[in-house]
Amino acid sequence: MTQVLDKPVRTAPAAPDGAAERTARRKALLEWVAIHSLGVAAALFFVLPFVFVFLTSLMSDTQALSRDLIPHTWEWGNYRKVFDTPGFLTWWKNTLFYAGLGTVLTVVSSIPVAYALAKFRFRGRNLAMMLVISMMMLPPQVIIIPMYLFWAKQLDLSGTLWPLIIPMAFGDAFSIFLLRQFLMTIPNEYLDAARVDGCGDLRTLLKVVLPMARPGIAAVALFQFFYAWNDYFGPQIYASENAGAWTLSYGLESFKGMHHTDWNLTMAATVLVMAPVILVFFFAQKAFVEGVTLTGVKG
Amino acid sequence: MAATTAYTLRAKRRKAAFRTAAFLSPWLIGFAVFFAYPLISTIYFSFMHYDGFRPPEFSGAKNWLYVFKDYPYFWPAMRNTLWLVVVMVSLRVLFGLGIGMLITKIKTGTGVFRTLFYLPYLAPPVAATMAFAFLLNPGTGPVNSILEGIGIPAPAWFNDPNWSKPALTLLALWGVGDLMVIFMAALLDVPKEQYEAAALDGTSAWQRFRYVTLPNISPIVMFAVVTGVIQTMQYYAQPLIAGKVASGVIQGAGTNFEPGYPENSTWTLPQVVYNLGFQRFDYGSACVVALVLFALSMAFTALLMRRRGGLIQAGD
Repeated sequence: MTQVLDKPVRTAPAAPDGAAERTARRKALLEWVAIHSLGVAAALFFVLPFVFVFLTSLMSDTQALSRDLIPHTWEWGNYRKVFDTPGFLTWWKNTLFYAGLGTVLTVVSSIPVAYALAKFRFRGRNLAMMLVISMMMLPPQVIIIPMYLFWAKQLDLSGTLWPLIIPMAFGDAFSIFLLRQFLMTIPNEYLDAARVDGCGDLRTLLKVVLPMARPGIAAVALFQFFYAWNDYFGPQIYASENAGAWTLSYGLESFKGMHHTDWNLTMAATVLVMAPVILVFFFAQKAFVEGVTLTGVKG
Repeated sequence: MAATTAYTLRAKRRKAAFRTAAFLSPWLIGFAVFFAYPLISTIYFSFMHYDGFRPPEFSGAKNWLYVFKDYPYFWPAMRNTLWLVVVMVSLRVLFGLGIGMLITKIKTGTGVFRTLFYLPYLAPPVAATMAFAFLLNPGTGPVNSILEGIGIPAPAWFNDPNWSKPALTLLALWGVGDLMVIFMAALLDVPKEQYEAAALDGTSAWQRFRYVTLPNISPIVMFAVVTGVIQTMQYYAQPLIAGKVASGVIQGAGTNFEPGYPENSTWTLPQVVYNLGFQRFDYGSACVVALVLFALSMAFTALLMRRRGGLIQAGD
C-alpha cells in the first residue's frame, strides 16, 4: 500500500559509475533517517499524553499533587478505588446498554433505507439524499428544545436514555449515507441474477446484498457504537437529573468533581473510559479498515 | 390489448412506489418526527416567550432582539467560532496533510506508526479533554513541568483567556487521525507517472508538491476544510469540559456552571443554546440561537453538496 510513492525515482545517470551510485545511496539513507526521525517525533506527540495519563493514574494521592512524572510507588489499587466509586459500574452498564442497543437498532433500520437509496430508481431520490446529508450535518443543538419538550413534557421520559435510543430505530443519517455509498459498489448484475431466480426485493436484500455488505455494516456498527460511547450532550440533556441513568462519558466529568484534587483517581477513570474504545478498535481493526477501504472501491 | 398493457404498467409502477416507500419507511418517519417537526417547532418557539411552565406567549421579535443586543454571550460565542474556524480548522488540515504525507513516506514500521498516529482520534472526547486538562494544568501538569524544566515560560493554558483556545487547538491536533487517513488515501491515489514525469523534468520537491500533489488532492483538502467548519459549529463537549475542569467548579446537585471560562473565551454556539434553554429556561431565545446555528451549518453543507462529483454520486 505504501510502496507506491516510496520508490525513489531512478533518474538515469549519464555514466553509471560507482561514485554517482554511492552519492545516490547516501542521499537515500539520509532521507530515510530524516523521515523516520520525524516519524518518531510525531509518534511521541501522539503517544506521550497517553503515557503521562497512565503514569499519573498509578501515583499515590500525595505524589499526584507533585510535579513528578514517574510514580515512586505503583498504586494499582487506584483502579479498584475507581470501581468502588458509587455509580461507576452503573455508568458502565448504562453505556453498554445505550451503545449496544442503539447500534443494533441503527443498523437494522438504516440498511433498507440505504438499499433503496442506492439501488431503487424513484422520483425524488436525489432530494432524499440531500435531506439525509442535511440531517447528518445538523448540530443536535438545533432541534434540542422541541425534542426535549417532546420527550420530557409529553412522554415523560427524561431521566432515562430512551430519548436517545428510540430515534435510532428510525435510521441514522450518517449510517444511511455510509451504507448507501457502500451498497452502490455492489454490481447490479448480482441483483438482476437474484431477480431472475425469483427473489423478491426483501429476499434479494437479505440473501444477496447483506452477505456482500458485511464489511460496510461492520464499519457502520463500529462508528455508531463509538458515537454512543462518546456522546456527552445527549445524556447531559436527558439523563442528568437521574444519576442512575448516567453514562461513562457523562459520569466521568462528575467523577472529577467528586475527587477534585485527586488527579490520580480521575486519570485512572479516564483510562477506564478510553480503554474499551481502543480495545474494540484493535479487535475490529480489520473490519474497520476493510470497510473504509472497500467503500472507496468503485463498483 | 393496449389498454391491458397500460393497466399492468400502472399497477407495476404503483407496486414499485409502494416498495420504495416501504424500504424508506424508517427514515421517512424519522425525518418527519426528528427533523421536520422539531425544525418547524424551533421556528415557532423563536417568536414565543416560553419558560416551560407558563403556556407559550407570542412575543414577536423580542427574543431575536434580546439575543443579538442584550444577551452577553452570543457575540463572544460568534467571535470564538470565527477564531476556531480560521485557526483551528486550518491548522488541523495542514497538520493532517503533513502527517498523511509523512506516513506515505515512512517505510519501516508503517503499520505501527499509522496506528499510533490514529489512536488519539479514537479517544472519547470527554476523556481526551479531561486528559488535556490534566496535562496542561499550570499547577502539576507534566507539560508545564517540562517547559519550565528547559527554561521556557509556560502559559496557564485553560486558565488564561488568551491561551484557552490554543490549548483546545492542541487537543484538536492530537486527534487528527481522521484527516490523516483521508489524506493518506488521497496521496496514494495520485498517479505515479505524474511524479516520474516531473522528476525527469528536474523539478524540486516543492515544485512537485505544488504542481503535482496539490492539484490532485485539492478536492480532498476542500472536503476537509468544509467538514471541519461544520464540526466547529457542533463544538460542544471539549470547550465546556475544559472550562469546567479548569475553573475548579465542584460538581454536585444545584451547581450551575455557566460555560465560557476563562473570561468567555471558550463559549461556542451549542453551549449558548444549552445555557439559554437549560440553565436560564428561556426556550424562545435558545431557539433563536439554534436557528443561527442551523443557517450556518446548512450554508456550509450546501457548499459541500455543490462540489462537483461531491457527496452525492450519481446513482445507476
